Amino acid sequence: MTDTLSISDLHVSVADKPILKGVSLTIHRGEIHALMGPNGSGKSTLGFAVLGHPGYEVTSGRIELNGRDVLAMEPHERARAGLFLAFQRPVAIPGVRMADFLRHAASNIRNPQRKEGEELIPMRQFRKELTEKMDQLKIDSEFARRYVNEGFSGGEMKRAEILQMAMLRPKFAILDETDSGLDVDAVRLASQSIAEIGAREMGILIITHHEQLLEHNPPDFAHVILGGKIVETGGPELAAELHKRGYDRIRAAHPEIVEDEAALTAH
Amino acid sequence: MESYLTPGFADRIFERSKLPPTPKTNVPGTLTPHGFLPELFDSFLAQRHEPEWLIALRREAWATFHELPLPDVSLEEWRRTDIRALKLDKFGLPDSQENGATPPPALLAEGVKLSGRTVAVDSRQLVTDLDREVAIRGVLFGSLDALVLDYPELLQPYLFTEAVDFRADKFAALHAACWSGGALLYVPKGVVVENPLHILSGLTAGGVDYGHTLIVLEEGAEATVLQETASADEDALGLHCGAIEIFVGPRAKLRYVNLQNWGKGAWHFAHQKGIVQRDGELQWTIGALGSRLAKVNQHVSLVGPGGSAQVNGVMFTEGRQHLSYHTLQRHHAPRCKSDLLYKGALQDHSRLVWRGMIKVDPHAQKTDGYQRDDNLLLSEDARADSIPGLEIEADDVKCSHGATAGRVDDEQVFYARCRGLTRNEAVRTIVAGFFQQVFDRIAIESVRHALGEAIGRRIREYN
Repeated sequence: MTDTLSISDLHVSVADKPILKGVSLTIHRGEIHALMGPNGSGKSTLGFAVLGHPGYEVTSGRIELNGRDVLAMEPHERARAGLFLAFQRPVAIPGVRMADFLRHAASNIRNPQRKEGEELIPMRQFRKELTEKMDQLKIDSEFARRYVNEGFSGGEMKRAEILQMAMLRPKFAILDETDSGLDVDAVRLASQSIAEIGAREMGILIITHHEQLLEHNPPDFAHVILGGKIVETGGPELAAELHKRGYDRIRAAHPEIVEDEAALTAH
Repeated sequence: MESYLTPGFADRIFERSKLPPTPKTNVPGTLTPHGFLPELFDSFLAQRHEPEWLIALRREAWATFHELPLPDVSLEEWRRTDIRALKLDKFGLPDSQENGATPPPALLAEGVKLSGRTVAVDSRQLVTDLDREVAIRGVLFGSLDALVLDYPELLQPYLFTEAVDFRADKFAALHAACWSGGALLYVPKGVVVENPLHILSGLTAGGVDYGHTLIVLEEGAEATVLQETASADEDALGLHCGAIEIFVGPRAKLRYVNLQNWGKGAWHFAHQKGIVQRDGELQWTIGALGSRLAKVNQHVSLVGPGGSAQVNGVMFTEGRQHLSYHTLQRHHAPRCKSDLLYKGALQDHSRLVWRGMIKVDPHAQKTDGYQRDDNLLLSEDARADSIPGLEIEADDVKCSHGATAGRVDDEQVFYARCRGLTRNEAVRTIVAGFFQQVFDRIAIESVRHALGEAIGRRIREYN
C-alpha cells in the first residue's frame, strides 16, 4: 500500500489567533505537491503544525500518516515516523558539528526504537554515506565539520536542509520556502538538489512563491492557500498561472476569504 | 612508606643521594580528627620530621589561622558567597592513621598512557608511581610530603613564597599550617615528559583534604598533569582546603588539567596560582562539577616577556551548589598573552559566581589580555553572576572581556526534535555544543571525553 499523509479540516492557532481554518490535503508517497499563497496565508504554519511545534495549537482536525494519529505524537516521534520539515529559517546550534548532529538524527530515524545512549550508526559507514551525499549535492566536505547552521550563508543553509533530507530519507517532506532569500542560481541549484536526492521516492509538499523551485520538480498537484484555507487545487498549470499572473483571479473568486486575509495580516 | 616507591623512584634517589634519607615513617598517632587544638597541631608536627624552616612556616601559618576571622559577606570577595553554614569545628587536622579507605575511581586517566600517578585519600598518600625512564632523567614526581624531606633545599624556594600567600585568608593559613597528602612534579631543565602524570585525591565520609600541589618546570621543560578529586560518598560532609602552586620556567610548557569532582557535601576552598617566566606557556584547564560550595582563587602571573597563559573553565552545577571563582590575570612583563574562557551550565537552584580581573603593570606593554565567561541557565531558579574587570596601567595593550548568560533556546530544541532527537537528547546536544568552544581548546581527548560524559550524565530529564 502506498504511504499516505492525510490532513483533514485542520484548524491551527498561534497565540490564540486562528491561522489555519480548515485545511485538507492528502499526499501519497511519490507525489509532488506545490503549496502556493501570498504572505500570511498560513503556509509555514502548516509545516510547523505537521511536525508539532509547541507554539502551534491544533484546535481541530486530524493529521494521519497511514492511518496513525500524528497529532498524538511528539515531534521526534513524527520525525521517526517519516515526516520531515525543511525549515524556511534553519536554526543554528553552535558547537554541534553537522556530521555529529546528522549521525545522531539518522541513527534515531532509521531505528525509531533507539533509546538515548544506544549505539549510533557506525562512524565509518556514516562518514562514507555522508561524503557521497555531499559530493552528489556539490557540498564542500568541510561542511560536515562546521557547526549546525552557524555562520552559514542563505544558500548553504538551504542546501544543508536538503542534505539532511537526503540523509534522513523521510516518507514525506515539507519544504518551507526553500527558495526564499536565494538568488536565481541558488534556487536552481536547490531545485536540482531536491530532484537528485530522489524526491520522487518521497511525498513532497513544496511551499513556495516561485515557480523556479518547481523547475526540476514538476508538481503533480498545485494548491492555493488563502486566508488559512486551500481555495483551489489543480495541476502544474495552476502553479504556472500563479507565477505569471499572481493571486488576483483567485482573490476575486473568493471575496469572503480576502476579508479574512486582511484580518490575518493586520497584526 | 617505602613500599609504595617504585624501583625506578628508589634507584633515582640512590643515584642522586646527595642527602641522607631522612626517616619518614608515620608513627600511628592518637589524634582525634576533630578540632584544631594546639596540642593536636604539635602532635601533627611531631610525626612529620620536617626541616626547621617548614616547621616554622607551618607554625606561623597556624598562628595566622587562629588570628584571622572566617570571611563573611561584608568582604567584597565574599559578598555573594555565604559560608555561615560551614562548621569548621566539625573538621580537624589530617588523620595519620590508616583508615582502610580505597580511592574513588578516576575519570581523567581512562584510556590514557601515564608516566606516573599518585593517589591520596583523606590527605594521605596511598600510591605513587613514576616510570623509570622518566625518573632517571631527574624528574621528581610523587608525594610532596615525602619529597620535601628528601629535597628540602630544592623545594623551599617554592613553598608559600611567590605563588600562594598563606596570609590571604583563614583558609590559606589553615592549609599552609597543615597541608598533607600533597603532590609534587619537578621537571629539570630541558626534560620533556611525554605522557601525562595523574594526581587523584579522594575524600571519605567526613574526611578532610589539605592537599598541596606543587609543579615546577625548569627552563625548556615540558609536561602534562591531569589532576582530579572525587568523593567516596556523594552526599557526605567533607572539607578540601588546598592550594596549587605552579612555576613555569623560561620556554617551559605545562598543560595542566584540574577537575574538581567532590561529592555534594564537600566544602572546597582553594588558592591556586601559576607563575610563567619568559616565553613560558601555561595551559590551565579547570573542570568544576562537585562540592556543596567552592570558593577558588585562580591566578596566573606573567613575569617574563613573551609568556602566555590560557585558562579554560568548564563548570556544571545542580541542586543548591554554589561555586565561586575569582580569577586574576596579572601581566608584570611586556609582550605576554593571557586568554581566559570560562563556560558554565547551571540547573536547579545552583549558582555560579565569576569575578575576573586583568591587571597590567605600567611597563607590561604589548599585553594581549582577554577574559570571557559564558553561562547557560537550564532552570528558572539558577543564577550566574559574571563580574569582569580590567586594571590597565600600560598604554600600548590589547585587553578586552565578555560575558553572556542565556537559556536553552526553544527553537533550537524544536529544530533538533524535528530531526528525531528526543527533548532530552536535544537539550544535551545543545549543552554539549555550548561547551564545545572550550573543549576545542583542550587537546587531550580523555579530558574532553570525561568532562563531556560527566556533564551529559548530570543533565536532568526535561519534559
